[in-house]
Amino acid sequence: MTISRRTLLGSSLIAPALLRPAFAADPTKVAFVYVAPIGDAGWTFQHELGRRAMDAALGTAVKSSFVENVEEGADSERVIRQLATSGNQMIFTTSFGYMNPTLKVAQAFPKVHFAHATGYKRAANVSTYSARFYEGRYLAGVIAGRMSKSGVIGYVAAFPIPEVVQGINATLLGAQSVNPKATVKVVWTSSWFDPGKERAAADTLIAQGADFITHHTDSTAVAQAGEEKGVYTVGYNSDMSKYGPKTCLTAVTMVWDQYYINTVKAAIAGTWKSDDVWGGIGQGMVKLAKLNPAVPGNVAAEIATKTADIAAGKLHPFAGPITGQDGKIKVAAGASLADKDIAAMNWFVAGVQGKI
Amino acid sequence: MQLKLEARPARLAAMVWLSPVVAVVLSAVAAGLLFALLGRDPLVALYTLFIAPLGTVMGLTELGLKATPLLLCAVGIAIGCRANVWNIGAEGQFTIGAICGGGVALAFGESGGALVLPLMLLAGIAGGALWAAIPAFLRTKYNAHEILTTLMLSYVAVQILGWLVHGPWQDPEGFNFPQTRQFLPHATLPLLVEGARLNIGALFALAVVPLAAVLLGRTMTGYRIRVAGLAPGAARYAGFSAAGTVWFSLLLSGGLAGLAGICEVAGPVGQLQPIISPGYGYAAIIVAFLGRLNPVGILFASLLMALIYLGGEGLQMDLQLPPAATGVIQGLLLFFLLAADVLILYRPRLVLKPGVKHA
Repeated sequence: MTISRRTLLGSSLIAPALLRPAFAADPTKVAFVYVAPIGDAGWTFQHELGRRAMDAALGTAVKSSFVENVEEGADSERVIRQLATSGNQMIFTTSFGYMNPTLKVAQAFPKVHFAHATGYKRAANVSTYSARFYEGRYLAGVIAGRMSKSGVIGYVAAFPIPEVVQGINATLLGAQSVNPKATVKVVWTSSWFDPGKERAAADTLIAQGADFITHHTDSTAVAQAGEEKGVYTVGYNSDMSKYGPKTCLTAVTMVWDQYYINTVKAAIAGTWKSDDVWGGIGQGMVKLAKLNPAVPGNVAAEIATKTADIAAGKLHPFAGPITGQDGKIKVAAGASLADKDIAAMNWFVAGVQGKI
Repeated sequence: MQLKLEARPARLAAMVWLSPVVAVVLSAVAAGLLFALLGRDPLVALYTLFIAPLGTVMGLTELGLKATPLLLCAVGIAIGCRANVWNIGAEGQFTIGAICGGGVALAFGESGGALVLPLMLLAGIAGGALWAAIPAFLRTKYNAHEILTTLMLSYVAVQILGWLVHGPWQDPEGFNFPQTRQFLPHATLPLLVEGARLNIGALFALAVVPLAAVLLGRTMTGYRIRVAGLAPGAARYAGFSAAGTVWFSLLLSGGLAGLAGICEVAGPVGQLQPIISPGYGYAAIIVAFLGRLNPVGILFASLLMALIYLGGEGLQMDLQLPPAATGVIQGLLLFFLLAADVLILYRPRLVLKPGVKHA
């Protein structure tokens, strides 16, 4: 093959134009920005599953792409800007740290639609979306309350941000709903993904008497630790049953499929508008993975009932009375916590052993 | 049979400058092969990696923006290396510089006017220098090697940043997310090109190149540094203070890394948050060696490194290549550079009978 400028230009510029079928409308370009490599479990993996489901559902109407492992510092703004420049009409930025970069780029590209996961700033062309992970956590807590003998639940957590604090509190409240003496011990890893630290934290918790562990981190280390030591676990983000076939009882998983399908459909139809989606079990954005056979039938039935109750809005994980770690009443009997207070949660429920 | 490396009797001065070029060309060829193996058109991929980012104003400004912290950190590291002082912890000095400068921005809030930005820059430089002063003290007082202390202090610095943004400096209106308030316009660096992110930090970095070159090549301090690096015994004999050289090179490289840190947060980041650097301080070590520990060489090396980052993003976006491909290309580059260096100084020779010595 002779290498010339022409082959270079030909292959990069002309060929795509020729290959594009003349009869079909141009597909809508959609891009995703991921904070970690996709891997085979975890936060980014779930978004990728959502992207693939969206691709499958919308077929040739859409052409989607992704950029993985994009740091949350200054680099993300360039990646997002580049995606907007190269003709993407809808861009999903799937990590909290992309919030300000997304808004900055959105300002320069008013015709491009943006959706930012887990943030709180919106604009005319920037939506936000997140899931009520705590609803799934509450159910996991009920399982923990039923299955733990010591009543001590170990919790491997990354950072004390509201999303994580909600999960810890909801887990304990779920456990206390069936075992009032239940407590939660927290170990912070200061990292979203660090299998070594997560493993060490899980081992520490087991040594301190926890006989049920869960985690708010991205790896499968906790499920693996539980399997080795014969301690029950609940996974997070993705179904981790294959890492703990005997002991991983379920996982609190995020399912973005329908959100991505609906949002991209709206973008194609021209009906997209900026909004804030915070869906939970009722909207199918949070699901418990298939329960392990080790969960007895009566507990499984209880979970099914409570799942339906949460979906129907009859059961609120943060319904009062709730006492804080400091002994003060945080939510009065008969009331339940408002969304804005859940979103900014920075206190622990009584019974959590750990500090924010 | 064994392979032996023999010192070459004479060496070509030109090869010292040619070897990075050879390394770059060889890495490009190897990268092309890699792309072909991954099922992509190698020419399109190489074009995306090395040329496409240079084709637009945005690409060029982003290149400058990305090269700035690499250049600042690498020049400091290089001056240290020339004096045999190994500052592996530019990442930590970068972080502390960002914290100190950012702290000034937060303390002033809406007040301070035109005074704020210069103070932020000075605080950033001072912070980085101060962080590097710890290893300098430990080295000169207790003979603790700076490779270990600078590296370990980097982790400490990142934890301090994490604590500040999760705790006392957290944005009160930020829903408890780990970040400070965004810096106000008078506390952010002026932009050089309308609509792009390139800021005057790039000019600081550019100014540092000739200053460092003059320092190393034309001043007594530079001479002491070079002698301390090349012949520590001679430096001692000449009465050059070994401790003075350690202090000078660590404070200088720390200050430069600190300047890079404050330029990053007062520039494209615009606030303090847990992650402010994708490892600039570590990548700058590669840049320093790629640039032959020479300020002008480092200027080119930092641009090349920045180009590979940008091109790597393009490979992901346009050709769906995994980010690891960029990492492999960076590794190849370093591999070929080291290989070229060895082959300039030595020639490989096959020795047929290992036991027998040649007369």
